[in-house]
Formats: sequence, C-alpha cells, structure tokens
Amino acid sequence: MNNDAIKDLILKMADDALVIGHRNSEWTGIGPIMEEDIAFSSMAQDKIGHAQALYQILHAESGMPEPDVLGFQRKESEFKSCQLVELPIGDYAFSLVRHFFFDHADATRYEMLTQSSFQPLANLAKKIKGELKYHTLHADVWVKKLGNGTEESKARMQSAVNETFPYALGIFEPSKYENELKADSVFAGEVELQKRWLDKITPLIEQAGLKLPNARQDDIKYGGRNGYHTEHLQPMLTEMNEVISTDYNTEW
Amino acid sequence: MDKNNIIDPRIKRLDLEHNPERVVLNDMENWGTFEVFHQRKRGEHHEHVGIVHAPDAELALVFAKEQYGRRMKCSNIWVVRSADIFSFSYDDEDMFETIPDKNYREASGFKVRDKVNKFKKENQPTQPTPQP
Repeated sequence: MNNDAIKDLILKMADDALVIGHRNSEWTGIGPIMEEDIAFSSMAQDKIGHAQALYQILHAESGMPEPDVLGFQRKESEFKSCQLVELPIGDYAFSLVRHFFFDHADATRYEMLTQSSFQPLANLAKKIKGELKYHTLHADVWVKKLGNGTEESKARMQSAVNETFPYALGIFEPSKYENELKADSVFAGEVELQKRWLDKITPLIEQAGLKLPNARQDDIKYGGRNGYHTEHLQPMLTEMNEVISTDYNTEW
Repeated sequence: MDKNNIIDPRIKRLDLEHNPERVVLNDMENWGTFEVFHQRKRGEHHEHVGIVHAPDAELALVFAKEQYGRRMKCSNIWVVRSADIFSFSYDDEDMFETIPDKNYREASGFKVRDKVNKFKKENQPTQPTPQP
C-alpha cells in the first residue's frame, strides 16, 4: 500500500473534521434555541472526536507526531482541509446548509471506507456510523423544514445554498494519489464520492423546495487540499491555538 | 398573575408589562413542548425523562436524541405532545388517599418473606432446601 497516499487521505479528512468541529462549536451558547444549541454543539464535539481518531491513526500507523501536535502545531499552509469548512459561521441558514452539504459528503466517504483495505480506517468508519447517521438526519430535517417554511426561511436557505455550493464541490478536489488509492482498494476516489453525494442530496434539496445552482468548473473552490486557504482559516487557527501557544505544557 | 413570578422564557419574551394589549402569536413563534420517554434497552419500559420545545414531532425526536439519549444507554425514544397527555387535577389528589386499616390492599401488606422462612423452617428435617 502507498503510505503517502493514505497519509494524504487521512490528513485531509482529519483537518476537515477539526476545522468544521471548531467552526460549529462557535454556535455554542448562541444557538437559535436551547435544544438546537445542545444538538449542534454535541455534533461539533463528535467532529473533534473524529479528528482525534484520524490523527491518532496517522500517529500510530504512519509515524506522524501526536494528535495534539498535528491538530494545534501546524502552519495554515499545512492544513489540507477544504475551504468550505473554514468559512465563518455566517447566519444559521449558512451554517445549516454547510452542515447539510458537508455531512452528506462525510457520511458517504465513511460509508465507502467501510470497505477499505486499510483496516484502521475501515474500523473507524464502522465505529462512527451511528454518529454520522444522526448528523445527516439532523441536517435533513432542518433543510426540509426551513426550505418549506415561510417565504423568509425559504429565501434565506436558497441564498445559503447558492453561496455554499461552489465551496461544497471543493470537498471533492482530486488528490494526486487517486489512482494509487483506487489500485490499493483503500478508497474509490473523489470522483466516485462526488457522484454518490450528488445522488443523495439532489432529491433532498428538491423535497425542500430548493434548487442547486449551476456551477461551472471555474466556480468550484479548489485549493484547500493543497494548502491554499481563504483569509478565514488563519484567524481561526490563531484563536484555536491561543492556549497552547501561550503555555505549551498546559495540562487540562 | 404576578408577572415577577413567571419564569417561562416564552412568556417573558412577550414583555407583557409593556405590551398590555392582546398578544397575537403566529405559528412557529413559540414552540410547544413534547414529553420525552427514554428506553434504556429493548423490552424495558419507556420512562419519562423530561420535555423539549419543538415545532413538531420530527424535530422533537431530533432534539430529544441529543438531550436525553447521549449521556445514558438508549435504544429508543418516544415523544408525545404535552397537550395530548390527560391527567387528574391535583384538586382530586385526596382520592388517592386510603384509610389505614386496609393494608392488605398494599403490596407491602403481604409478609411473603416471613411465610417462606416459616415454611423452610418447618420442612427442614425431611426436605432440605435445594442448593442453587
């Protein structure tokens, strides 16, 4: 098996999970209502858990540093997360639509990875299946409800869909290891993932009375997987790493 | 009603003191409550654990899962609109009182353990208790 290819795949998944987990946790305490605040915060914690599990695989299987070092001690340009996850939380419509797009991609990716020849990844995929099922259920219920809600909720959801879709397609930026991953039966690849993702979300968006915009190839927000980020990632990392950069040996 | 005693945020938010005229609530402005019943494992009773605010049963289940299902073992959750619960009035609480000399109607009235021990004692010489 090609170690570099596996490292690349796991690192981008871990970075996605850490960044979206941090972003979604920014709603804690200011969510629209208490019950939703609890649910959204809890899912954010799940994502941090996924990030930790993935960094741990990199540490144990590929000789990379400890999870804390990988999560909190790397430069912005070393992050392989897609640009979708680093965008500020915006209004709740934006955060919900991002959650909907991202979690369907995430759940589908892990579903494919249950068949992976790389056992640690297949095991993790089976372990977190239930969590991901709730994440997509939560997203689906809200998108359907607000898409079919009032004129205002529908308009806000549609504009969030329009704004977010080109970034969501950026999740599937192909890596230079697509062929190796496929040949080794580690992962069936970003093209296949994007196809399955579209098959899932298209009917859901329709049922919500919303429309997916046409995205030209040029509109797709690629770059994140190669370390090219928007201006929003660095300030987020600075805030996230505030404690560890103040006192490296802090114990919790 | 003494306004200072109201702690329900949904009522407080209406700011009744400064809005004395009749308040009209539109759909979705103030969600009702759903009672949540938690089942630890299949076959056991669903037990009442609290409430969630939600606009409908679907979202009530979504909220109840995180609020009541994540910290303890859970195999299933029920939600039911609080308004659909029928209950007695507390004014009628006195009908649950029972006069004291009828303790044969209470489960604690049966001294089963004493009877079992008495039986064992009487039968010991000829019929030893089988060991488990």
